[in-house]
Order: sequence, then structure tokens, then C-alpha cells
Amino acid sequence: MPCGTGAPLWTRRDVLQKISCGFGYLAFAGLNSLGVRAESPGGTHFAPRARRVLFLCMRGAPSHVDTFDYKPRLNADSGKPGPRPGTRLLGSPWKFAQHGGSGLWISELFPELARHADKLCMVHSMHTDLPAHPQAMIKLHTGSSQAIRPSLGAWTLYGLGSLNRNLPGFVTLTPPAAGAQNYGSAFLPAMYQATKIGTDNRPIAEAEVRNLVPPAGVEAQRLQLELIQQINREKLVADRQNPEVEGAISSMELAFKMQSEMPVVLDLNRESEAMRARYGIGSGATDDFGRKCLLARRMLEAGVRFVEVSHGNWDQHFNLNAGLKANCAATDRPLAALLEDLQQRGMLQDTLVIWAGEFGRTPHAQGSDGRDHNNEAFTLWMAGGGVRPGFAYGDSGEHGYRATENRVSIADFHATVLALLGLDHERLTFNYAGRDFRLTDVSGNVVKPLIG
Amino acid sequence: MACPSPLLLLGFLILGICVPGSIAAGPTEAEPHTDARQLEFFEKKIRPVLSEHCYECHSEKTGKNKGNLMLDTREGIRAGGDSGPAVVPGDPEHSRLLEAVRYHNPDLLMPPKKKGGKLPDPVIADLEKWVRDGAPDPRAGGVPRTPAGWWAFQPLRNPPVPEPAAWARTPVDAFILAELEKKGLQPVGDAGKPGLLRRAYFDLTGLPPAPADLQRFLADPDPGAFENVVDRLLASPQFGERWGRHWLDVARYAESSGRDVNQAYPAAWRYRDYVIDAFNADKPFDRFVREQVAGDLLPAASAAERAANLVATGFLALGPKALNDPNPRQFHLDLADEQIDAVTQAFLGLTVACARCHDHKLDPVSQREYYALAGIFLSTDTRYGTAAGVQNRHPSRLLELPQNSGAWVLENTLDPEERRRMEKQLADARAEVEAALRERFASRQQAPPDPRQQLRFLALATQIGALESELAAFEPGGKARPLAMGTVDLPASAADAPASPLDRFRQRFLGRPPEFAILGDSALYVRGESGQPGEKVPRGFPALFRAGPVEIPAGASGRLQLADALVSPENPLTSRVMVNRVWHWIFGTGLVASPDNFGRGGRTPSHPELLDYLASEFQRDGWSLKRLIRRIVLSRTYQLDSAFEPERFRVDPENRLHWRRSQRVLEAECVRDALLSAAGSLDLNPPLASAVAEEGEGPMGGPRRAMVEERIVKVGGTHRSVYLPVPRDLLPDALAVFDFAENSLVTGSRETTNVPSQALYLLNSPFVHELARKTGQRVTASAPDEGRRLQMAYRLILGRDPSAAEARSAREFFGKFPAGQPAREPAWSAFCHALFATAEFRHLP
Repeated sequence: MPCGTGAPLWTRRDVLQKISCGFGYLAFAGLNSLGVRAESPGGTHFAPRARRVLFLCMRGAPSHVDTFDYKPRLNADSGKPGPRPGTRLLGSPWKFAQHGGSGLWISELFPELARHADKLCMVHSMHTDLPAHPQAMIKLHTGSSQAIRPSLGAWTLYGLGSLNRNLPGFVTLTPPAAGAQNYGSAFLPAMYQATKIGTDNRPIAEAEVRNLVPPAGVEAQRLQLELIQQINREKLVADRQNPEVEGAISSMELAFKMQSEMPVVLDLNRESEAMRARYGIGSGATDDFGRKCLLARRMLEAGVRFVEVSHGNWDQHFNLNAGLKANCAATDRPLAALLEDLQQRGMLQDTLVIWAGEFGRTPHAQGSDGRDHNNEAFTLWMAGGGVRPGFAYGDSGEHGYRATENRVSIADFHATVLALLGLDHERLTFNYAGRDFRLTDVSGNVVKPLIG
Repeated sequence: MACPSPLLLLGFLILGICVPGSIAAGPTEAEPHTDARQLEFFEKKIRPVLSEHCYECHSEKTGKNKGNLMLDTREGIRAGGDSGPAVVPGDPEHSRLLEAVRYHNPDLLMPPKKKGGKLPDPVIADLEKWVRDGAPDPRAGGVPRTPAGWWAFQPLRNPPVPEPAAWARTPVDAFILAELEKKGLQPVGDAGKPGLLRRAYFDLTGLPPAPADLQRFLADPDPGAFENVVDRLLASPQFGERWGRHWLDVARYAESSGRDVNQAYPAAWRYRDYVIDAFNADKPFDRFVREQVAGDLLPAASAAERAANLVATGFLALGPKALNDPNPRQFHLDLADEQIDAVTQAFLGLTVACARCHDHKLDPVSQREYYALAGIFLSTDTRYGTAAGVQNRHPSRLLELPQNSGAWVLENTLDPEERRRMEKQLADARAEVEAALRERFASRQQAPPDPRQQLRFLALATQIGALESELAAFEPGGKARPLAMGTVDLPASAADAPASPLDRFRQRFLGRPPEFAILGDSALYVRGESGQPGEKVPRGFPALFRAGPVEIPAGASGRLQLADALVSPENPLTSRVMVNRVWHWIFGTGLVASPDNFGRGGRTPSHPELLDYLASEFQRDGWSLKRLIRRIVLSRTYQLDSAFEPERFRVDPENRLHWRRSQRVLEAECVRDALLSAAGSLDLNPPLASAVAEEGEGPMGGPRRAMVEERIVKVGGTHRSVYLPVPRDLLPDALAVFDFAENSLVTGSRETTNVPSQALYLLNSPFVHELARKTGQRVTASAPDEGRRLQMAYRLILGRDPSAAEARSAREFFGKFPAGQPAREPAWSAFCHALFATAEFRHLP
């Protein structure tokens, strides 16, 4: 744990203090003062199980009934009329088997991940509002597909602060090109939004954080930085309230500090050949996602609080057989390596790993080789970070069409993630324009059985 | 989508006799599933009957629901009306619809005698069969109950301007003040002169005021001084560069195809220049719309006008395309879909493309209406260029602009010797392929071709594509031809098959599928699947914005009629949507906060009366954008200070009511142009074409990756940023870092982020470093003394004078600067560099 032990920075207490002062408190924090105000423990409401989060976002909505939600009745009823008029059920083309001591069912699409079944905590009864990608994606990330709200990562960082002053507290790897809201901070201060690396239509290997070397040396730049921040602080005082300027102040400071540490974190050549191979780096299908997972692990290790990794596209309307298989083949090995690696480093116990798409897919066919959107049921799994391992929760009915038992809404899921982080979703609030806002708005229940 | 190796596939294309047609035609020609057949039955037998005989009296869309029965949605038909469910799936005896059409119950005879009476027996049998089979019904269940009541679809009103109050200077102010007062709010004070000038310069031209401009404005006591500035800026060529760029966001303007293979669009820049010229000339917006949708079909008084009309249709051609799609039918349906999406979002603020696979889930647009519109675009020949090659299965020719139109061309030439050499190469390559094809035809050979021979043919195919496209770009005399992206109508009848076997082959595998090769109606594709064509739908457009009955003459695509309907005075959307876009570009948020979506998925207006007032005035002003902008910018609302005020903030934190001016983050282009401008390096002359045009056809990657990195990603240059190359997925750093529009989507509102990569760019990029050095030189040369140099630096970079505290900070900085005195240039360069990196540099007060 090289960097993860320092005092948290930018916790919500900092922000609350700032607000109570009525103007930019942060603005008066000198260059190095952000880190010295130790706040321990990081402002949690109760004992945290997880200290950091890795959110593996499977964009496009993976089919749950072909991967983690075993439906023998669906196979038996394949070809019979489906739940929507005119449709026919489609049994899964893949075999399922039970794995590990826990006996969790996992399809043959994830042979390597299946070896870690006893680490997984599956929720089969997820559901969401709308079967449309952009809205459901934003709902999954922010809790609301209507209003502009901060993302889960931003709330986490606001609640817990950063662990490393030289790195962003929230990083998103290859997010979709449009959709900054998914990693945005909305009305929370701008410093809580994610730093984005790469975009989803290019391999991560091509992504770089540019401009990390000061043209005239670090010392000359330090002088400039003092001047810049002085001018910024004066503007903030003059404007009295200006979140954009506050954001500029903190991102300028972070930028300056990132110059030393970011290149090290991004350099996968600092990992052994064997480690890279374990993640599937260098071998075709798994190379890209393997790189993302290894980068994510390096970031978490270096003290990034919340890392999101995007992988897509899982939107198999027409080519379920080939498309889903390819997606699973690209991610299976890196996922297995990641869980194993985190455990070997002793990080899994306090790193919450989440694997989820924005919704699920229908048990009935679309065309002859596809499945349509299904917001009524989907599966996500978590690992590490205090979740109950080797456990399956909830039911999506005999065919997987609709969450029937122990239904878990997005707000419930968010409440549970915050609880694992030691944060009470009803008390983690931010006052904006006279109203206390929270990630779960007016709903959400912690799903206690998921907590180990 | 996974597909066989493109190399192999192209091999099959060239020597395709031995493979079944289905491989070349793509993977979606699957055996129809049972449910697909049922749905086809619905589309062919049931929907037309319901539509023809029932909807007139029982339809949500027409608003007629006799007996409280609506038959045009699944939900409606199953819920039924006053006398019970019209259809009970699988249960003919309890389905009132069947009871009615059978004409057994004298109290329930449908359709009524005066509407044509009893249906023919086979039709009744079809309905019975349909119900027995479970009444499969792909129509969306949840079409909104009251589409007719949605605000955006109401006719434009002409609201009275509220009573003028002392504060209000213009009608705009009267509307704004009325809403503020309803909440008990008052506007803050007016902006100071330097801030107002900077605001107006950036908003109208995208450039900062020069120190001399500021000097002049500060010294001008005339109460009309601001108005004079506004008029001067509106008349400057920089206005079109700024506002044209706004429109280019909406038009998803880009210089490559994006998606998988990302082929360059070397002719795209003509559309960019057309847009800039249109804004500078204040081309009436209705005309501007018509040209972009149907310019090729409009009369022209001169060659130059004809050229502009053709270039305008580039709007339809420059969208993203999956050029390696192995299924040509899919490709052309996707192309039409992208055009429908762009046209309806850009002009109407509607997401009509959502109705491709099913009726629109939120707005009153049916799948049938979608395919009525699709027929128009499928009757259109879209010319986007791109050379045929291994990765490009769908090349197209470009349009040639008329002679004497004055269109610029690149200075490249093709000398006669080179042309002869290339023609010879082309002829040889073609001869080799044709000989092989003849041989295969003759021998009816069924064995797979020899892999080495396949590779040879792949190389030849790529070479033929490249040579043809290169030769087509030059006149016989060697001069570059004026080529443009755009559209023309397809012919009404099929052309004769080409004589050469190679060309026949290419037409079969690379050309348009036969059903899309001539002008005509589109089928309704069941669930949007290209392998499931249902009944034909007559070309037309959604009732939602149809001004009156549609007459699409035989032999016409219908684009011209569509263009006219878009700007018809009865269509309330187009003017509202554009007025709102303009408001958004001036204030940072539209009166409707979702500028690209006026449907039920979007937001409702904060000031509906003001929106309608502006839209009506816009039309009355002959759709003049300059007058619209002037009307808004000369309002007192525009000229408010951006000061914070806690009480008002508490009531309206997002400033939707305009109690103050919202500070805005400058767009990427403004940041770069302001850097160049401060350094005195900005070249205001428009450059010829673009780097993408100079580099010509080819993928934006692969063998050209190094070129892309050098000439595009790391591009420096001194021209305005609107002229930077903008291929898809590979943008210049200077644009990508500062939230440039996602250029594969219609973008009426850019995202704004505030992240360290932006700070890193300003601190460390060699480009900014160099401009800071030049700015330092300029400041040093401007005056001999520190005070005036400081003033110059502040005026150049921040458009104002430094405060006393800031002057002190500057002196401290120079005191600590290594070997630095304020007399020395490096110190001033470092100082200017720091000012570039301040928050204020990127914020508009």
C-alpha cells in the first residue's frame, strides 16, 4: 500500500467548511496545505468495509440469462411464446455449471472467472426504469435519468476524499465519447468529476495523458503556478461564488502534481512480463481490456479512490452467438487475473469491485440470434470490499424476464455501495440552492444480505 | 459486429462465383423465425386493414376515439373501449373487434355502412387468424395519450409583449422581467464596459477584443456605442466563422467516416465554407434549410449559386458510415437512418430515428411514418466519396461542381505523363482481373480460389479503387476538379448493366442493392431488420410536421417537398428550434434546455411566450439570423452583470430566469484563437481547404497513422480554429482537450468539463509555450516601462486592466523569477504563460 495510507484530501468536511465560510475556503488553501489537514477516519458514518471502488461498466447491456443468471426453464421452454406478444423464448446457447464451494452458476462463456466464483456476490434481481441505453446508463451512474446529478464516483470522492494528492481521486478509462454526465460532478464541486483517459472507440494502448512535462522545468513552473493561483483566488473572492473557478483552482493544482506521479502509474512496463501476460496483455482479444484492468489496479494501488473501466459494446440485438462470445472472451481472463491479483496484494478485502451493465436482455429472441433490451431484470456482481462472497441474491423469475423476489433498484444498489464505503446514503448530502440532495434522492434501501 | 476477414470477403467478391450469394449479401438473411413470420403477417395483412378502415375514427393520433376506443396502439386495441376489449389474444370469441367486423350483431357493425360497410371475407378471416395466433402486435403500447397537447407541437402563438417597465429596453427584456417578477426577483446591475465588450466579441466573433478596440470603446461616450460595436461585429467575416461553427456542431460536421474504418472525407471542407459564407451573408434560414435538404433540386440563377446549392447537400452526406458493412442493404438502411436522425434533430428537435424498429415510445411518430420518410432518403443518391479498397465496401463518387462556379480547388495537379502512367496501370489491373473473371465464368469453377491468387486480386482491387478515385479528381488538363459531397435523386428506372464483367461484378457487390437502385417507396422493415421487409409505405413525412396534404410527384424523391414542409409557416418546430439554438449559443442554456429534443423526452421552455415571440419575429424578419441575434444581444438582459447574489441564487440557482448573466466557459476554438490572437500570430485569412483534403483519400489510421498524428492530432498552425482538420475519433489536441462537440452526433449543446488535462495543456503543450513566448516578445516591445507592459499583457490576454493587487503579484513574480527583471523578455513570456493558465482566461464574464 505505497500511497494509500495518507490522510484523505478534499473530504466533504473541507467543502462544508468552505460553504459555511460563505466563499471559497479552498481558495485560501496554499499550494501544499490541502494534504496537511488530517481528517481521520475520512468522515465516514460507520465502519467502512471498502476503501476504494473499481466499477467495471459493461456498456450496452450484457445478457444476464447467457452469463450469470442460470434459467433451466428458459432452455426447456425455448420456442414457446415469450412474455411480449409475438415473441418466442430463446434458450441460452451456452451451458451453465456450478462452480466453487459456493456452487454459483456461471455459463461456459466465463471459464476463468468461474474459478473465482467463491469471491462473487451476484444480484439477479436488478431492475431499472427505461430500456434505452443513454438514459439507463445515466441512471446507473447518477441515480436519475431526468435531472443532472453527480455520479456515483463523484459522490464517493466527496464522501471519502482522495487518497493521493498527486493523482485524481476519480478516473474513468475509455468512457463513451458522449456522456460526460456519467462521470460528472453536476452541482458538486468540479474537483469531484473524473479525469478521463481515452475514449471507447480507440484502444487504451493509444490513450495517453499528454503534456505531462513542463517545458521550462518544474521550478520555473512552480513560480508560475503561485501566480496563477493567486490571480484565481482573487477572482474567486471577487465573484463570491463560482464553482467553475474553484474547479479550475483544484484542477490546476492537481495537474501540477500529476506530472510527477501519473507517468509512473500509466507505465505498464513497470509490471513484469508475467503479470502482463496474466492479464492477457499482448494476446489479441484480451489485450485491450487486460490493459484497462491492469491500469485500474495500478491506479487503485497508487491511491485513486474510484476507478471506472468501460467495455463495450454488449448490445446484442442480432448477433448474440458471435457477439456475446467475443465480449466474454475479451474480458474473462482479465477479470479473473484482476480478482486474483487484488487478492494476492491484500487489496481485495477493501476494494469493492462492481461488474454491471445498464440493464439486461430479454429471454425471448429478437430475430433468430439476438435479444432485446430488458429493464425489468438484470444481473450485476460485486467482489471484495466487504460483500458477502460466493452468494447469489434475488430472483428474476423462471425465464429471467422480470425481477420477482428481493428486487433491487438502482437506488438500493447505490445505497448499498455507499454503505460498504461506510457512508449512510441518507446522510451523505450536499446542499445546493437550499435543498439537501443525495445520491439516492428519496428512495433506496441498503441490501443488508449482500454485506458479508 | 463480427464479420469474416475483410481480406477473405473481398477475395470472394472478386472471385465470388464459388460462394453462395448469401455470404456476400451479409449475415442478416437468416431463415425467418416463426414470430418474424407472424409479425410479417401483421404488417402485410392486419396493419393496412386497421389503418385504412379503423384509424379514421379510433386513433390516438387523429385524436378521434369513438366509443373511447383507439386501435392504433397495442395498448389501445387490447384495452378496448366502452364495450370491452377489442382484441383478446388467442380468444376470437371475446374479441369485440371480430364481433364487429363479422356483422353478426346489429348493434355493432364495423366498419359502418356509410364508411364502406362489411369487409371482404378473406380480410375477416385474416383478422380471425391473427387473433387466434395471439394477436402479435409490434406497435408500441405506450404512445402518449395526448400528443396533440404537447407544447412544442402547438402552432406558434403571437403573444402580446408584457407592459414595458422602466428597466426593460426591448421586448425581450419585458418578457424576462415579467417572469422574474412572478418569482419576486429583480435583475442585477448592468455589466461593466470591459466585460461587456469581451462578452460581445467572443459571443459574436469568437475572438477577444484587441487592446485598441477596448481603448476605443472605453473612450466612446456615445450611448449608442455598444450598438455600433454589435453592428460592426455582425458585419465582420469573423461572425460567420464563429456562428458557422455553431451550426457545424449541429450538422455533425466531420472530415472522415468514423466507425470501423474511418475513411477520409477530403471534400467535406466545402460544406464548412458554405456554412460560414451563409452566416456571413445572412442567408435567410428557411433558404439555408432548403438548400441543405434539397439544394440539388432547387433552381439556380448562376453557376456559383448552383455550386453552393450542391455543396449545401453535403449536410446529408457527411454523417458517420460503417463503410465495411458486408451487407449492402443494411448499409443503405443505416445511411437513410442517419440522415433521418440528422434532419429531424437538427431542424425539428425530434428524434424520429427512434421509430425505426417500433413506433416512437414518447413522441407521436409511428414506424410507418418513419419508413415513409426513409423512402425519401432511400430514393436519394448520397455522394460522399471514399476510394474503394479492402476495408471499404461502399465507395461512392463525389459531385462535380459546375464549371465557372468559382469554386476553389487545391493547387495539386496531375501532369499528363503521370496521368498516362496511371491510366495504363489502371487498364492493366482491370485487364488482369477481367481475364480471371472470364476464365472463372467459363469454367464454372466451384473450388475455392487459390489464396495467393486471392491476395493478388485484393491488391489489384485496392489499386483499382485508388487509381480510379485519384484520376477522377483531376480534369484531363491536369487541374483538380471541383468535387463536393452531396446528394442527387436516384433515377426513376434502372440503368443498363455495364458491359465489362468487372464493372458488373462491382455493381453487384459494391453497388446499391437493386431495390435501392431506383427511386421509389421503402418497405416497412419489421423491427427495423434489414432482412424483414414488409409492405411498401408511400413516401411522405410524419403528420406531426406536415403542413398539408403531401404531393410527391412521380419521378421525384420527395426531398424538395420535405424541405418545403420543414420551413412551412404551419410548421411550428423549425423556427422555435432555431431560435432556441441561438438563445443557447448566446446565453449558454436555451429557453428549452434540451436544444436537440423538443419532444417528450426533452425539457419544457422556461419562457414559452418569449420563445414564440422570437420565433414569430424571426419568421417576420425573413428568417434573418443576424437580426435575431441583434435583437437578443441589444437587450438589457444580455448586458447584465454576472455578479453573484445569494438571495436570488437561492430562488433560481441555475439562473433559468436570467436575473444575471451566467458566466460561460469558452469553447475550444475560442481558447486557441485567443491564444493566437494575444501572441499576434492569428492569421485571419481563411485557408484553402484543410489538411484532410491535402492528404486525400485513405483511412485516418493504418499506414497513415503517423501523418494523422503529425498533421491532425498535434497540428499547430495560425489560422482560426474553425479551419482545423476534424476527422472523427481523431481530433486535434487543442480541440479534444476542451470539450469539442462529439462530431458523430447532432450537438446543439457541448459538454463542459473542468479537468487537469486542460490545465496540463495550458501549462505544458509546446504550442501554448511558443505562443506565450511570442506574447512576451510583443508585450516587451510594446512599451519600455513595466506598468504599461503589464497593462498591455492584461489587455491582450484578459481584456481588462490589472488591479492594484494584481500589479503587486506581478512584481513579486518578477522578483522571484530566475535572473529575472521585468525588463527581460523571458520573464514576460513566463508571465503571459501564467495568465493563459488562469481561470479567467477561459471564462467569459
